[in-house]
Amino acid sequence: MDLQIALLLGQDGLTNGAIYALLALALVLVFAVTRVIFIPQGEFVAYGALTLASLQAGRLPGTVWLLLALGAVIAVVDGSLAIRARQFKRLPWIVLLSCGVPLLLVGALLAVSAATLPLPVQVLLALMLVVPLGPMIYRLAYQPVAEASVLVLLIVSVAVHVTLIGIGLLFFGAEGSRTPPFTDVSLEIGDALLQGQTILVVVASVVLIVALYFFFERTIYGKALRATAMNRTGARLMGISGSLAGLLSFTLAASIGAFSGILISPITTIYYDSGFVIGLKGFVGAIIGGLASYPVAAAGAVLVGLLESYSSFWASAFKEVIVFTLIIPVLLWRSLKARHVEEE
Amino acid sequence: MKTKSSIARLLAVLGVAFAAAVQADINVGVTLSATGPAASLGIPEKNTFALAPTTISGQKINYIVLDDASDTTTAVKNTRKLIAENKVDVVIGSTTSPNSLAMIDVVAEAETPMIAMAASARIIEPMDAKRAWVFKTPQNDAQMATAIVEHMTNHNVKTVAYIGFADAYGEGWWNEFSKIAEVRKIEIVGNERFNRTDTSVTGQVLKILAAKPDAVLVGGAGTPAALPQKALKEKGYKGIMYQTHGVANADFLRVCGKDCEGTFLPAGPVLVATQLPDSNPIKKAALEYVVKYEAANGKGTVSTFGAHAWDATKLLANAIPEALRKAQPGTAEFRKALREALEKTKNLTVTHGVFNMNPQDHLGFDQRARVMVKIEGGNWKLVH
Repeated sequence: MDLQIALLLGQDGLTNGAIYALLALALVLVFAVTRVIFIPQGEFVAYGALTLASLQAGRLPGTVWLLLALGAVIAVVDGSLAIRARQFKRLPWIVLLSCGVPLLLVGALLAVSAATLPLPVQVLLALMLVVPLGPMIYRLAYQPVAEASVLVLLIVSVAVHVTLIGIGLLFFGAEGSRTPPFTDVSLEIGDALLQGQTILVVVASVVLIVALYFFFERTIYGKALRATAMNRTGARLMGISGSLAGLLSFTLAASIGAFSGILISPITTIYYDSGFVIGLKGFVGAIIGGLASYPVAAAGAVLVGLLESYSSFWASAFKEVIVFTLIIPVLLWRSLKARHVEEE
Repeated sequence: MKTKSSIARLLAVLGVAFAAAVQADINVGVTLSATGPAASLGIPEKNTFALAPTTISGQKINYIVLDDASDTTTAVKNTRKLIAENKVDVVIGSTTSPNSLAMIDVVAEAETPMIAMAASARIIEPMDAKRAWVFKTPQNDAQMATAIVEHMTNHNVKTVAYIGFADAYGEGWWNEFSKIAEVRKIEIVGNERFNRTDTSVTGQVLKILAAKPDAVLVGGAGTPAALPQKALKEKGYKGIMYQTHGVANADFLRVCGKDCEGTFLPAGPVLVATQLPDSNPIKKAALEYVVKYEAANGKGTVSTFGAHAWDATKLLANAIPEALRKAQPGTAEFRKALREALEKTKNLTVTHGVFNMNPQDHLGFDQRARVMVKIEGGNWKLVH
């Protein structure tokens, strides 16, 4: 291994690590606020990338139907709850929000041919189709059992994950897709060729992380989320709605997931089930951060990316083994260091 | 009292007649991988069974198609279910080699013939009492690997690197290819692995580039096999690229795009059916399938994987009339007769080649079952 190879591997590791870091942050966020171990995080990566790919291929992405279906179910559930509580004034709002908005999106998609739109508009459209799935899934799958134990929430997560994978196969087919790069620029540093897209991934990740930091530090909603994460009951006593915090954190997680998918789909082929392994690597990073610390989780995820890259050079057949074995010493160190507190 | 007994008698007669009608049907049990990692192979197979003949020499054929989700345990469970509950006369499946291997014990125990749609030679070799019940339609990996090595020697390739899936497919290809390459004095300078779901193969590709091979063989199936090739091109690799027949579908061309121009791969003749010379009998058999499949599923959707399923139904159509002369469907004698008839398949031209089976060889393909194909202008081109 000479310096050039080391640099190229480092660059590759950083690019993947940046994506893992984003997912790790989303996982920590969701766990801190709602105690949900969000296994379906990776599915948003796949859905984001594949929705964009189908838009570009001139097909109507299957996510549209999922959006409409979930919207309809939510309208029925929320509507019947409102009727039972005799809050008839809320009915039009519920229907408008959960059915009207998705319908409007579909109408817009049918009216214009998405394949001819400029790339940023396509990206925006894809995000608008995928991101609402996050809060919708929270409303239907997690909110009714929000007070249940971590284990129950984990089981719900597994169910959501398996369902989303199955739906993904139905919508996008078994074969993968790639999207064209955002930029064709490439830099020559020494002997190494640096692709514009990889720089973009790293820069976008850093920008997103900084934006998240400011969101949590400076905005009222960010502070509300932090408060819920620190003390759920206390936050509720201060008038912060638990379900609003849940919806918000799932919206953020879905945006981060879908955006990560759109970022990496020009670099690699994305399949309906690719998201799981990508999410799992983000999860390793999140575990290193103890599912609590954002900076440590991000650093851990970058470490996973680098480890993956270098081990694929030295022992490609054992790459995944090496990456996932990293969890064992980390857990050991964590359990020796931290005082174990039984939940509830 | 009298009317009652006559009604009972009538019912009994009807019942016997009904039972006879049911018995006359031939039940074909199918287990394939329409979901899970092998879905891109299993889905065209599933679509093919919708086109398969529903009557053979006057007998109605019922296809019972189950999905095993690319999972070995489910494949075995499906096989047991098909045999015990559906009383099938023959089992077709599964899509992947591990699944098919696991099914052998079950079908041998129930003395039901089985036709696998998976490639590994171990499914039918070495021939023993259990494998006597097992047949398969795809070419052996060794046959395809020989074609690649031959092409390499003809094109003056001295050094070659291999990068394959970190699973049974990649490992199987590595074993066959490395063996044959060694015999033909081609030096192997790299042996790397990657996963179907990997987002990057930079590490492996850099290592291969450092070894400066004349050619690189990618041992992968479907669109994931495009990843190493794209990475090699991106890093400026100029040598000859080889892929395996596992990539032979339209999605691979779509995903790999211009990075795959000039790639060579061995494939079943059905992939380039229209380019075969008219004198080749396989052309007619292959085109029949291509036309039927594309009429049902849209232009450009046909793949070589679905054709393996089609060939399996052709094998049955050829053997069933023979077996019917000996026994009634639904009986152990019929299954035995069907097995014997399958083993005696001679000169049966199908989409992938010509079957000539014997008690030792339950595949029976010769070199007519493979052609070398080059990717040119985003299409498969037959190399003469």
